[in-house]
Amino acid sequence: MGMTVTEKILADHAGLDTVCPGDLIEVKVDAAFAHDVTAPLAIETFYRIGVSGVYDRNRVILVADHFVPNKDIQSAQQVKRMREFAREEGLLHYYEGGQAGIGHVLLPEKGLVLPGQVVIGADSHTCTYGALGAFSTGVGSTDLAAVMATGEIWLKVPATIRLEYTGKLRKWVQGKDLILHTLGRIGVEGALYRAMEFTGPVIEALPMHQRFTMANMAIEGGAKNGIIEVDETTRAYVAERSSEPYRVYRSDPDAGYEQTLTIPVDDVTPQVACPSSPANVMPVSEVGFVPVDQVFIGSCTNGWLEDLRCAAFLLAGRKVAPGLRLVVIPGSPWIYRKALEEGILETFLEAGAVIGPPCCGPCLGGHMGLLAEGERAVSTTNRNFIGRMGHPKSEVYLANPAVAAASAVLGRVAGPAELTPD
Amino acid sequence: MTDGRGSAVDDRGLRVRSGLEKSCSSQKGMEDMTIEGRVWKFGNDVDTDLILPARFLNLSDPAELAKGCFVNLRPDFIDGVTPGDIIVGGNNFGCGSSREHAPLALREAGVGAIVARGFARIFYRNAFNIGLPLLESAEAAADLAEGDRAAVDIVSGIIENKSRRKTFRANPIPPFMRELIGAGGLVEYIRMKKISGRK
Repeated sequence: MGMTVTEKILADHAGLDTVCPGDLIEVKVDAAFAHDVTAPLAIETFYRIGVSGVYDRNRVILVADHFVPNKDIQSAQQVKRMREFAREEGLLHYYEGGQAGIGHVLLPEKGLVLPGQVVIGADSHTCTYGALGAFSTGVGSTDLAAVMATGEIWLKVPATIRLEYTGKLRKWVQGKDLILHTLGRIGVEGALYRAMEFTGPVIEALPMHQRFTMANMAIEGGAKNGIIEVDETTRAYVAERSSEPYRVYRSDPDAGYEQTLTIPVDDVTPQVACPSSPANVMPVSEVGFVPVDQVFIGSCTNGWLEDLRCAAFLLAGRKVAPGLRLVVIPGSPWIYRKALEEGILETFLEAGAVIGPPCCGPCLGGHMGLLAEGERAVSTTNRNFIGRMGHPKSEVYLANPAVAAASAVLGRVAGPAELTPD
Repeated sequence: MTDGRGSAVDDRGLRVRSGLEKSCSSQKGMEDMTIEGRVWKFGNDVDTDLILPARFLNLSDPAELAKGCFVNLRPDFIDGVTPGDIIVGGNNFGCGSSREHAPLALREAGVGAIVARGFARIFYRNAFNIGLPLLESAEAAADLAEGDRAAVDIVSGIIENKSRRKTFRANPIPPFMRELIGAGGLVEYIRMKKISGRK
């Protein structure tokens, strides 16, 4: 029997001809990532392991993106610890301040993660890079410390669920809606310990940033990784950012899938995940009258340049609803600059938005843009758990950037069709 | 050396929990690994934001982190929990963020073990890596109720509901994970296997 793309990457990195789901293997790691929340714990553990240095100073990547610009003394201490470690170890990829954006946006943008690689990150949304045809998964700080020390990690080979998207996308329906729709169907543990392989004609036609959005939220189904095979879209994206060689893996026609789900998209309209689960999904048209206090556009899920363009298109010539706060955060300094050059930031300012520096922002409710008791947000992020963005009695509705922009203008959960009927 | 709170302090001043890491540091220690305490019962899909909200993530000191355990969901937890207590959850316990601060905070608060129908994968790795044992048993998770006394034996996987005099057997801990616990966690495992092998 053949192998899936995930199995092939893992087998190759373990020095094996074949692997089967359930095998425990030790694989070589091409890139290891941590940020200002997870790195300090990993650094302490790294020293306890007692090696002379990191396994490869070109492959350990640290980004200050969660509580930056440093929100308080404790977070300043955490970033300082990370900065000193990067200096001591001579890391070639340490990003902070004006060089830093959201790690999961920055790494692909700088060509630091490539197709066919094994990428391990101390952040659950490390699965984002699967959009490039890499095996990429999140771990905790101790695992990451072990990777920094040895360049290897033990993994259980996941069984693969093949998700085939067929049909034609409706207007305003994006990668975000496809993954939300999928989560609504399979649930938050529908892909527990599994690989989610996104395939089919709809995925083949999907632009790169929307592929990132889909792979990003594989973890919300409990998956170990999400993956999309390399095609011309991937090659074109990588070619602009890296001249490093990479290897392309493909699933065999007779690969063993645990399950194949066909997902027709013709009837899928813009989706919303209602409180307090990413799988509590319904079409935005069915949500009813839900007033909103804040809208956030950004994050590793939807902080890409194209996401900002989409929101700006709808906000142009319009104002955010009275009393509503719109927070926009570009995913990286490069995106920030492009948005400035294209006049997108001016559109946001005209509409009444606050524009933040590239960072994770309000997504995890730790730094800037938090919600008060009883407040409600529409957010382009990935999680709407209880208290995720602030007070335990606040609520988050997850949506794509077009729904977020429309909701900001109308002051309630609303789809873009309400602003621009065809 | 101890810091006066029953935790060992290693030569770099890092606090090491005396409980599990110490008693698991040899196979001998593993022969008798029973944890007994009060049951704190939770539902399905308990995510790591609920276990430890992000506003505590600017901290690394386990004692400080412990103060944030379930603060949004059950503010009474941190004052009531005592060493050896057992958390019981439903499906997908520990889903969401990869923050190792979550199992670390629970361990520091005194939680001895977690019994659930199932665990999210990153949480599962993290907990074993830091020496917090997890047991999967749908039957035990359904039977154990808030406030019950329970005892779990990590080696045999036997879970006893002392309040109702019932016993259950958890799904076996995979041999590799047992090896990890036997070594005393991932750090010690690597020290033992990888580094010595390389030099």
